Amino acid sequence: MANRIGMEVSFAVAEAAKLARSEVVAAYPITPQTHIVEKLAELVAEGELDAEYIPVESEHSAMSACLGSSAVGARTFTATAGQGLELMHEVLFVASSSRLPIVMAVANRAISGPLNVWGDHSDVMAARDCGWIQIFTENGQEAFDLTLCAFRIAEDHRVLFPIMVHLDGFHLSHMVESLYPLEQSEVDAFLPPYKYPFALDPAKPVTLGAYGPPFIYTEAKKAQEVALRSTKEVILEVWREFNRRFGRQYSPVETYATEGADTLLLTMGSFSETASVAIDRLRKQGEKVGQIRLRLWRPFPFEELYQAVRTAKVVIVLDRSISVGGPGGPVCSEVKSALYHLKERPQIVSFVGGLGGRDISVADFENIVRKGQKLAAQGVGEHYEMIGLRE
Amino acid sequence: MASQRNTVALRLPMEENFAAGHRACIGCGEVLALRLVCKALGRDVIIANATGCMEIVSSQIPYTSWEVPWIHTLFENTSAVASGIEAGLKVLRRKNKGPQKEVTVVAMGGDGATADIGIQALSGAMERYHKFIYVCFDNEAYMNTGVQRSSATPFGASTTTSPPGKVKTGQATWKKDMVAIAAAHNIPYAATANPSFPLDLIKKVQKAKQVNGPAYIHVYSPCPTGWRTGPEVSIKLGRMAVSTGVFPLYEIENGRYILKPDLPKLRPVKEYIKAQGRFRHLTDDLIEQIQKRVTQEYDKLREKAAQSQSA
Repeated sequence: MANRIGMEVSFAVAEAAKLARSEVVAAYPITPQTHIVEKLAELVAEGELDAEYIPVESEHSAMSACLGSSAVGARTFTATAGQGLELMHEVLFVASSSRLPIVMAVANRAISGPLNVWGDHSDVMAARDCGWIQIFTENGQEAFDLTLCAFRIAEDHRVLFPIMVHLDGFHLSHMVESLYPLEQSEVDAFLPPYKYPFALDPAKPVTLGAYGPPFIYTEAKKAQEVALRSTKEVILEVWREFNRRFGRQYSPVETYATEGADTLLLTMGSFSETASVAIDRLRKQGEKVGQIRLRLWRPFPFEELYQAVRTAKVVIVLDRSISVGGPGGPVCSEVKSALYHLKERPQIVSFVGGLGGRDISVADFENIVRKGQKLAAQGVGEHYEMIGLRE
Repeated sequence: MASQRNTVALRLPMEENFAAGHRACIGCGEVLALRLVCKALGRDVIIANATGCMEIVSSQIPYTSWEVPWIHTLFENTSAVASGIEAGLKVLRRKNKGPQKEVTVVAMGGDGATADIGIQALSGAMERYHKFIYVCFDNEAYMNTGVQRSSATPFGASTTTSPPGKVKTGQATWKKDMVAIAAAHNIPYAATANPSFPLDLIKKVQKAKQVNGPAYIHVYSPCPTGWRTGPEVSIKLGRMAVSTGVFPLYEIENGRYILKPDLPKLRPVKEYIKAQGRFRHLTDDLIEQIQKRVTQEYDKLREKAAQSQSA
């Protein structure tokens, strides 16, 4: 195994795509993702990655080109963010319903307007139901490891779904982090070559993307849903295998200091590490608080979430996007609906913050927990709190 | 006459790569053109098809008319999908994976998919110089959604979104010149074709297969449903479109224009217009305007062809 190095996380993601021997990269520049595809362009130009690099004229075409290259059986990678993910929107649904195992890194970013290139989760939440496997990473090591795992998961014949690997724009994408890279030989042993079973090939003609009238559309959607749900077993299997080889274990729901905790703070993405520091401080002050982190966003880890909140009285959810005119934070709203049927369910409190690149400090997280506990005691209803809002 | 027709039929490739049993309207000129294009392309091909009439009539689950590998994804992105196919095949061949023989990559769509919603993706794919053939089947409106105007609808034509009325006279703009736009990308081959001239059409597709870069073929596609014509006149209309100069047959090979047939005298446009219900409301004044424009455009084309010949 290679020595620990310092590397910008965008470059670590590009390095993972290189070590995976990506064969086609279709890319369009957009902040804060651009460093990923710039690095890949450089790797291709230097002959370090034997891939076709398609410098497309839009994100819509980036994802569309990915459909084509993946459908002929080439291992395909792209990356995007914010407006780019939204421009791809309709293509995302086709990638998943066509069962094309494209891997895409998303440097999560706010959505206009007002124009804002900084990080939050508005882009991914708008693409929540597009049928992709979606994984949130917390740090550079995770972004690197889980990008590699994404290829192996997506291309498994029991899966054949595209995967988004989310990393927070700037807060993660532009950080230089210390991480353990992997050697090419290690990755080659972990990731077999891509073999798409329904590849477009004149030797064996197939019709891909036929249209489905009402008599078949419902069944097609149900089949897709069942197939996406059942990918969780393979995801777990691949993560276990990754741990066996490289000694780093990943799980759909991560817990931190949850033993004996009455109050749980639920986070996603890079802000989780800051939240963990706040949890440490509160623990030192004798508070019975812990943290859970959703790593797997789709398929939603219902079972793991039940297990994680089993003994909690209060769950405080931090959302980095807002469902305008709806129930506040979309993650909280999912957590609520996932736990609603439990006989003994915790109080769930919704916080929205960190929008458009605004920081949430350790002290902020401490306040969130304290305020959340207070609101839970009062009974919160559909109320949500906006963090650090200037009135 | 009869023996001449038989000769043409015998000279067409026998193979069928687009099967019968599709759901196109009676007298559809587009599906006829598509069948001829597929004959010319042969089997070593991968086709990316935009949403539109030809996609809908050929691929309803669980049926398919496609004897060749075919993919439909969306409306505006078919050139980008073809880009990915071409790039994927290239890298796979380099790595001794995938099909090892030469595979022709084809993107196809209607005039809406080409001249309107898909023009950005098409421009991008031509600029990047992917080796692929783009075929536009031009029936001059959004027929699949029920005859709405596109930027390829001819001046004066009545569609459901360019209806003539007390103060309007149908389509108010002139047809977008897609072939010129394609040629402006400095691609090695662009051409117009027409199913009423099947051997010419097949020859052009075969030529497009040979060039090393993007090729663009714009195919006249009579639509009895949208043009309000009888299903029996589609072929005749195709011939009239050429003889009146409304839809000239020409090629642009590495920038050189070849107009063939180069007609010294054009038939009056009125003949062509009077044959179609979509132009029924046009006054003599408007027909005269159209005549002027057609003559003007034809003269420009002749000039370009003459210049190319002398160069």
